[in-house]
Amino acid sequence: MPIKQLSLFVENRPGSLSAVCNVLKDNNLSIRTLSLADTQQFGILRLLLAEYEQARTVLEKAGFIVKVTDVLALEVPDRPGGLADILTILDKHQLSVEYMYAFTFGVADKAVIVFRFEDPHFAIEALQNEPIKLVKASELFR
Amino acid sequence: MSNFVVPNRIFDPEAECMPSGERVKMQIAGLRRTVEQAKKIPFYRRKFDKSGIAPESIKSLEDLQQLPFTTKQDLRDAYPFGFFAVPRAELARLHASSGTTGKPTFVGYTQKDLEIWSGLCARFLVAGGLTADQIVQVSFGYGLFTGGFGLHSGIERVGASVLPASSGNTQRQIMLLEDVKIDTLICTPSYALNLAENITAMGKKGKLALRYAHLGGEPWTEEMRLGIEEELGIRAFNNYGLSEIIGPGVSGECAVRCGMHIQEDQFMVECLNPETLEPVADGEQGELVITSLNKEACPIIRYRTRDLAYLDSSPCECGRTTKRMSRIRGRSDDMMIIRGVNVFPTQIEEALLRVDGTAPHFMIELTRPGNLDEAAIKVEIRPQDFSDKMEAMHKMRDRIGREVTAITGLHFNIELVEPNTLERFTGKAKRVFDNRKLND
Ligand SMILES: [Zn+2]
Repeated sequence: MPIKQLSLFVENRPGSLSAVCNVLKDNNLSIRTLSLADTQQFGILRLLLAEYEQARTVLEKAGFIVKVTDVLALEVPDRPGGLADILTILDKHQLSVEYMYAFTFGVADKAVIVFRFEDPHFAIEALQNEPIKLVKASELFR
Repeated sequence: MSNFVVPNRIFDPEAECMPSGERVKMQIAGLRRTVEQAKKIPFYRRKFDKSGIAPESIKSLEDLQQLPFTTKQDLRDAYPFGFFAVPRAELARLHASSGTTGKPTFVGYTQKDLEIWSGLCARFLVAGGLTADQIVQVSFGYGLFTGGFGLHSGIERVGASVLPASSGNTQRQIMLLEDVKIDTLICTPSYALNLAENITAMGKKGKLALRYAHLGGEPWTEEMRLGIEEELGIRAFNNYGLSEIIGPGVSGECAVRCGMHIQEDQFMVECLNPETLEPVADGEQGELVITSLNKEACPIIRYRTRDLAYLDSSPCECGRTTKRMSRIRGRSDDMMIIRGVNVFPTQIEEALLRVDGTAPHFMIELTRPGNLDEAAIKVEIRPQDFSDKMEAMHKMRDRIGREVTAITGLHFNIELVEPNTLERFTGKAKRVFDNRKLND
């Protein structure tokens, strides 16, 4: 079960991130986590939030270019080698990672890593018999 | 050191100092000759037939105003040789100017045209200090561009020696200037500034034999001249020309340096209001419109240069009796001259079309942070251009850059910007923001 991620194009200049955040704030929408991939001139802002459809609508209305992408949230044990074990499994299934970012939430000894695979549904199938827990949207945004 | 007095010398006193009454007679005869020669070109023949123009219609210089205009687009439409008035066998040389969509505009010269042209270049070179005992480094590109070969033949005509260094490789240019003890340098003004800066950085300031520079091929300012003369300890002269007319040699400065003397025995230069196409008064800015008086291969009538300048008919201390024109102060169209290369916004649009079939909003920004032009294109991202993957975004940006370079031959920095951030204009879009400050 993929999670819906919003990606936004932002210029690398003062105020461009706060413009996004203010639109969300004005609509009472809260961000679960975010990651920014940036270059000298522009960046791609990736957001996870519960009401992604509403967020998309208000952001587009505000003039932003928004793309909805399926990503997978994988639970990673918060111990040495936790991530290495997961990556080994991904390699075994030849799942190449477009990009990833990590965050911690709720549970004390667990972290979540968000993975962007080329084909998330293929990844779900490949991982279903592996000892990896896919975090559901309902858990992530609880 | 840069304040030394340049001797007032005149290469062709008969032509340059002709009494004005005599010149008018020559010009009328030249206009008739040009109409006669232009009849061999279908574009002009059609226009003459339609309005009943024949060589005999030209009775005074005012009759020039009956003749049709020629635009760059007319020349393009006749690609490749539709504006040639002589058979191929009579051509002695071909040059070309950069085109907007990859196709250049060809210009041809007969042997006689080449002789006239080299004489015109000799006139402004001598006016600006060239003598037969000097060695001249030509750092203009040699090739289709008229600058390199035009100046080359002019120098030979004066009897001086040419070092055809061509453009590029600044370190080697400076080595040649130093080791050959070059007297006179030919290049674009921005390249002269660039050379000056490098010469200073290499600790060679004041150690060169260089005394004169003849700069052209792009607009420049009095401030740039001061900088070049100060840094290099030389006298720098301005000259003007364009390949559609002949190349360099349409006009050039004398030792007095109060405008560029127009070679009026060869060209009629009108200064018109670009909107109404009515003549403007002396000292008033307008578009230069040029007619050739003696050209055989490519006679040209009332060519709209799109260059803005003003004319000055007051007498000059140097003794020449010709009218002078100011520096080029701008363009009446949206052509840009970037590092000496002509670029139109439509070329950028075409490059963007090649990437995606429909062109996004874009804006061109020109700056001159040091001495060399920097050009950037800001491109507004559209939903279909956007990917959440950085690699895809980089690929798109690089593709735009490659297409732009393929069409213009120049490197542009490509900046992707958020939608609706570029200013919108009602009517004609303003695509170019030139922050190089050429008219101060
Ligand atoms: Zn003069």
